[in-house]
Amino acid sequence: MRPFSYERAKSVTEAVDTVAHRPGGRFIAGGTNLLDLMKLQIEVPGHLVDINGLDLDRIEETAEGGLRIGALVRNTDLAADKRVRKSYGLLSRALVAGASGQLRNKATTAGNLLQRTRCPYFYDTNQPCNKRKPGSGCAAIGGFSRNHAIVGASEACIATHPSDMAIAMRALDATIETVKPGGKKRHIPIADLHVLPGATPHIETVIEPGEMITAVTLPKPVGGTHVYHKVRDRASYAFALISIGAIVQKDGTGRIALGGVAHKPWRVEAAEAELPRGVKTTVSAILADAKPTRENAFKLPLIERALGAILAQARG
Amino acid sequence: MENITGFTVSRRSILVSGTASIAVSAVPGVAAPQRHAKESGTAVTRVALTVNGKTQPLELDTRTTLLDALREHLKLTGTKKGCDHGQCGACTVLVDGRRINSCLTLAVMHEGDSITTIEGLGTADKLHPMQAAFVAHDGYQCGYCTPGQICSALAVLDEIKAGIPSHATADLEADPRITTDEIRERMSGNICRCGAYSNIVEAIVEVAETRA
Repeated sequence: MRPFSYERAKSVTEAVDTVAHRPGGRFIAGGTNLLDLMKLQIEVPGHLVDINGLDLDRIEETAEGGLRIGALVRNTDLAADKRVRKSYGLLSRALVAGASGQLRNKATTAGNLLQRTRCPYFYDTNQPCNKRKPGSGCAAIGGFSRNHAIVGASEACIATHPSDMAIAMRALDATIETVKPGGKKRHIPIADLHVLPGATPHIETVIEPGEMITAVTLPKPVGGTHVYHKVRDRASYAFALISIGAIVQKDGTGRIALGGVAHKPWRVEAAEAELPRGVKTTVSAILADAKPTRENAFKLPLIERALGAILAQARG
Repeated sequence: MENITGFTVSRRSILVSGTASIAVSAVPGVAAPQRHAKESGTAVTRVALTVNGKTQPLELDTRTTLLDALREHLKLTGTKKGCDHGQCGACTVLVDGRRINSCLTLAVMHEGDSITTIEGLGTADKLHPMQAAFVAHDGYQCGYCTPGQICSALAVLDEIKAGIPSHATADLEADPRITTDEIRERMSGNICRCGAYSNIVEAIVEVAETRA
């Protein structure tokens, strides 16, 4: 790790201003992703602002009948919350499908959304990577791309977003609450939080320097059968090859968000209208512009079959 | 024989004296513990940790992980460094009763926290029931992952008791039960290279049944 200075944040506004104005300033909360990358010198912050002491660790009911989840709520606590288990089962299921018990005890709601890709070429500092070192090239393209994106990728980057939780949040239409330097708040629909790689894969979200996620809100429950179906190389503690977060209603309508296929949680609302017409048409519509590599073309039939299994399960 | 029984240098004392650290540093790709760095820009911070019930004031390079603080500064080498990236679970300790990977957290982030390591659970003369069960069921071969396995196992039983669901929980709204499926899923963050998994599960089940 490169040397860095450290302070404990006293308030959101102060922390935001410190990170915005101090060169190399970064927030640290759970630290499970940031420290991992700092050890490899992929992340090299010069100053860490520890926000763990801030009052952002509660789950509250909103006036609209939804839930407001503090940025620091740990993955374990979010998955275990009785209201989440009852009305947002998809979110609980996605959380417990990710990482290990130890990591979920540390990892936070906001940090989970902002975690970096697990592309092996991003992690291997001997390889070119446009995300780690803009302009250096992409070793994944033409490389071992079995676990890479099949949709929304670019000539600069074919990495995927690794989060399970974010797939559930996308299907649940979550909204991200932030505080910007200067104290201005904003609300970002989760659909707009993550961006596609394009020519600038090092830019992964619309969050600005110093801007802090303070909460994630869920609208009131939509009912239906909640399923998180994750396919991975091991039965536990592995990132998804593909995952599907689904909410299926009795009338056959529903919502589908895909993980392990793109630089962001992948959901095409218009394609969900095809659900009553069957799996094949639905998946064709969700992944209309898919450009898999030779090594990850298996993801297309895998998604089709996994969705088939989900719909069969939802029908009971 | 006199010479052998009088030979008091144990593997542990060699490890603490630093020989092993030097050997480890020489292997490329293996994470070495971080010593007091002399590089420019190095920042030092004071932090007081409560480890196994004892308050420990420390002055640390900000980069020191909780794992390195325990092993290198407090000489509590029971907690092991495996991958140093949160993938193997050898470094699992309990912080305020919850299990975490001590390699993926900074010591300075634990001011005032109560940390329990394997040394705080039992002694060679008076084993913790989970330690005794691991011995009785042969829940290890080389033993390197064992301190992490035991800390994790204790937390697993508490997590099930607290109603925290897992990927193996069939009904999210019901309280999870102690089953081998639940234990296997919940212990997946602790890797055993010797493959003692089935005996580890048996040891945990035995402790769970004794407690119930």
